[in-house]
Amino acid sequence: MAKPASNLKKHGLELFNWFDKRLPISDFWEAHLAGYYAPKNFNFWYFFGSLAMLILVMQIVTGIFLTMHYKPSAEEAFASVEYIMRDVQWGWLIRYMHTTGASLFFVVIYLHMFRGLMYGSYRKPRELVWIFGMLIYVLLMAEAFLGYILPWGQMSYWGAQVIVSLFGAIPKFGGILTEWIRGDFFIADATLNRFFALHVIAVPLMLLMLVVLHLSALHQVGSNNPDGIEIKDKKDADGIPLDGIPFHPYYTVKDIFGVGVFLFIFAFIIFFSPELGGLFLEHDNFVPADPMVTPIHIKPVWYFTPYYAILRAIPDKLAGVMVMFSAIVMLFLLPWLDRSPVKSIRYKGWINKTLMIMFAVAFIRLGMLGMAEGTIAETYESRFWTFIYFAFFGLLWFFSKYEKTKPVPERVTK
Amino acid sequence: MSSDDNNHAQPADPGRRRMLIGATSAIGAVGVGFVAVPFIQSWMPSERAKAVGAPVEVDLRTIKPDQIIKVMWRGQTIGIMNRSKRLLDRLTGHDDFLLDPASAVVEQQPEFAVNVHRSIKPEWLVFNMHCTHLGCIPQVLAEPGSFAWEADWPGGFFCPCHKSKFDLSGRVFKGVPAPTNLIIPPYSFIDDNTVIIGVTGAA
Repeated sequence: MAKPASNLKKHGLELFNWFDKRLPISDFWEAHLAGYYAPKNFNFWYFFGSLAMLILVMQIVTGIFLTMHYKPSAEEAFASVEYIMRDVQWGWLIRYMHTTGASLFFVVIYLHMFRGLMYGSYRKPRELVWIFGMLIYVLLMAEAFLGYILPWGQMSYWGAQVIVSLFGAIPKFGGILTEWIRGDFFIADATLNRFFALHVIAVPLMLLMLVVLHLSALHQVGSNNPDGIEIKDKKDADGIPLDGIPFHPYYTVKDIFGVGVFLFIFAFIIFFSPELGGLFLEHDNFVPADPMVTPIHIKPVWYFTPYYAILRAIPDKLAGVMVMFSAIVMLFLLPWLDRSPVKSIRYKGWINKTLMIMFAVAFIRLGMLGMAEGTIAETYESRFWTFIYFAFFGLLWFFSKYEKTKPVPERVTK
Repeated sequence: MSSDDNNHAQPADPGRRRMLIGATSAIGAVGVGFVAVPFIQSWMPSERAKAVGAPVEVDLRTIKPDQIIKVMWRGQTIGIMNRSKRLLDRLTGHDDFLLDPASAVVEQQPEFAVNVHRSIKPEWLVFNMHCTHLGCIPQVLAEPGSFAWEADWPGGFFCPCHKSKFDLSGRVFKGVPAPTNLIIPPYSFIDDNTVIIGVTGAA
């Protein structure tokens, strides 16, 4: 009975070849998976890129299903979300996957960015990889903000009010610009409707395009690694990097393990604590939007709080908005601010190591302060950490060039 | 047209090709610019949104001394506060802590409100409640000392979003994110008991 099977195999191969002649299937497979050589010393920190891709796909799929029941109008939005939660079969699960996915997206992205920061993955020749990644991060923040408006709860409404008003700080054009964004003289139905359109189609399309650019740029120059040395400098007779291993099957298998661990945590949050004590879904957003009452303690979702703390720390409207935005702009400049002869933190001196720890502490502490009530003491502390946040970039620029570094090995280490 | 003209690498007249490419690109860019206008304009408030802006009448007899009510006018929350003599007395004595005690910033109020009580009749404060920082609605903390963090709080409004503070005339304190005093909308009194918001100088 072996014959039919081999026939099947033969026909299957013929079918594949028919397609492969007309579509570069095997070329793509070779270029980006089986023939893409990645450094063999990837560690724990290298899970987060593929995890971010996984979450992106999950957000798109769950998002599509949510749009089938959600109503983007000020009258119906809140009720339609409750309808999804109570009446749509499995609607609660799809929505919790989407809301938990949003927060975990930022967990994964922040860890992914910190990895880049530690190992100098933004350094030459990977400047564009970093720039595209930063653009993805900015768009992701826009996407998360727009999505947070859609349930039309109190936090949605007042969050929109605050963020849209940020543009009002721009001299001269601020007023007309906020009117243009809102489509009305206040946060209204028109605002919700267009934010929905941006959230479900415009921004996701841009995100997907940027992911393609991010990966194209990465595969053009090759991946960095914890040692921050170029594996392409040492190749064997066939032109294959000595310290490289094919992405497939080695890292696909490694990443699948990461996916398993991630999904375990993901499912745990969805099933046992989808609101995560108000961190992932804020309590005030279970109250329908009321344009006449601002919630007593208004704060953004956790992933925006570092920037929110910076905004609150500056006692001037225009300056506050500018400092907050420049906190993000500074990150774009990292490839040119870091002038160290070595890429990885492993071979930098103690000053640069301390700077990086200070920066991480400042970011986390600002995030905590952004969630707090904002007493006078907290405001002063926010100012201190805001200063540290910005000082990092200046000190990095100076000390990265002048601090003595350790010798970098020829080949990757363990 | 000879076949040489079709030679892509070496055009017979490179200047002509450059000019044509330039002209085509320029006309195309102008076209894109024109087509962009309707799309950008479509985001501006619609005619329907603009039409919903009629003046609002409020009967003042329902508002007790030291009480505040909120009404909607053009999508903005307008507060109407009945300030007793007790509260009016607290409008002075803290000018040094105010950014604009004399209401010098012209856009923030009609001319009739350039005074210490920032209103037509001293007791009636009619004001746009949205914080001039980022548009939240401040809490009303009218009683002195009702503000937990400041013992010498004279009474006023406190924005929960970014901690901006205003006195009982909506004048902003120094050192907070809000850049200006709260906005006083155009309004007038139809008779002793009725105020109309959105119309100045009604009979």
